[in-house]
Amino acid sequence: MIVRISGEDQYLLADEESDRLNELERVAVEHVESGKEDGFADAFAALLAFVREHGTAIGDAEIETSDVILPPADLTFEEAGREFTGEGLIPD
Amino acid sequence: MAGLTGRMSTVVKAKVSKLLDRAEDPAETLDYSYQKQVENLQNVKKGIADVVTAKKRLQMQETSLQQSVVKLDTQARQAVSAGNEELARTALERKNVAQTELQGLDTQVAELEEQQQKLTDSEQKLRAKIEAFRTKKEVIKAQYSAAEAQVRISEAATGVGEQMADVGLAMQRAVDKTENMKARADAVSELEAAGTFDDVTALGSGEDDIDRQLKELSSKPAVDDELAKLKGEIGAGDAPAPVAIPAEAQSASEPPAGGADAAQTGDPAK
Repeated sequence: MIVRISGEDQYLLADEESDRLNELERVAVEHVESGKEDGFADAFAALLAFVREHGTAIGDAEIETSDVILPPADLTFEEAGREFTGEGLIPD
Repeated sequence: MAGLTGRMSTVVKAKVSKLLDRAEDPAETLDYSYQKQVENLQNVKKGIADVVTAKKRLQMQETSLQQSVVKLDTQARQAVSAGNEELARTALERKNVAQTELQGLDTQVAELEEQQQKLTDSEQKLRAKIEAFRTKKEVIKAQYSAAEAQVRISEAATGVGEQMADVGLAMQRAVDKTENMKARADAVSELEAAGTFDDVTALGSGEDDIDRQLKELSSKPAVDDELAKLKGEIGAGDAPAPVAIPAEAQSASEPPAGGADAAQTGDPAK
């Protein structure tokens, strides 16, 4: 499974990690929905840390199509809010 | 990938796909997008240079505020020696305001410094990505014109397209950030240019605005403490004022630097 952290790198993760990844992502999105800024920052950081720790960076020479694309690490809470309510990082 | 239905990644991925759908002829799109990436990287670099310039301007303002703090402190001491408590209080109040402004500037400069470093790092990373993209694009173009293994090619092209969209996005973010930082630094500089910092540090009967009066009110206990301390330091040694007092008190009330220099040499505390 290939996961891209936007603006950073692509990582190769074992397929078994997808449940854990989904769970971490769900928690981060929940914090956005309930308006908990602090909780979101921690949850989002944990999600990205999981990818970096459990994945192997593919590097710039190899370019693959990602199975999962995550937002950039410097995503703000406001941006995350917009992201899930319509206009996001890439305007529609 | 089965099981990956996360909302975050789905939203981001859908948007990247949408960007890619706009591309038509792959070879042309690749060349165009490479050219665009190189141009955008120049914009990022220019943005960083602007931030550096803005930061230097703030640092110069810091230096001049630091000088004001030293000058006002000297003037307060002189005023205490001369027994002019009112003048000493005014000098200390101004000093307090200048110190507060200085702290604000310190924070701004430190923030700019940190952001500048981050942007420089990401600029280098982006450059590496663009270089990798250039190589990959030539390979894909060669494959595409050979019209072989169409399926594999389109898969590779999607990966490159995704990378292309992502680099574009990262560059847009970097440029936006430099613009935000520059705007914030410029706003602070403009306040200074409008004389806000100058007249808070100048001694004299300039008209105070509400903000400044409020600041002075809130700094009153600190000023009282400092005045008491100065009186303790100076008053303990030479309590009865010497003859030179009126001249010193006068020079201390003059805002230009010349007045401070002259006063400094006559400071009995030194």
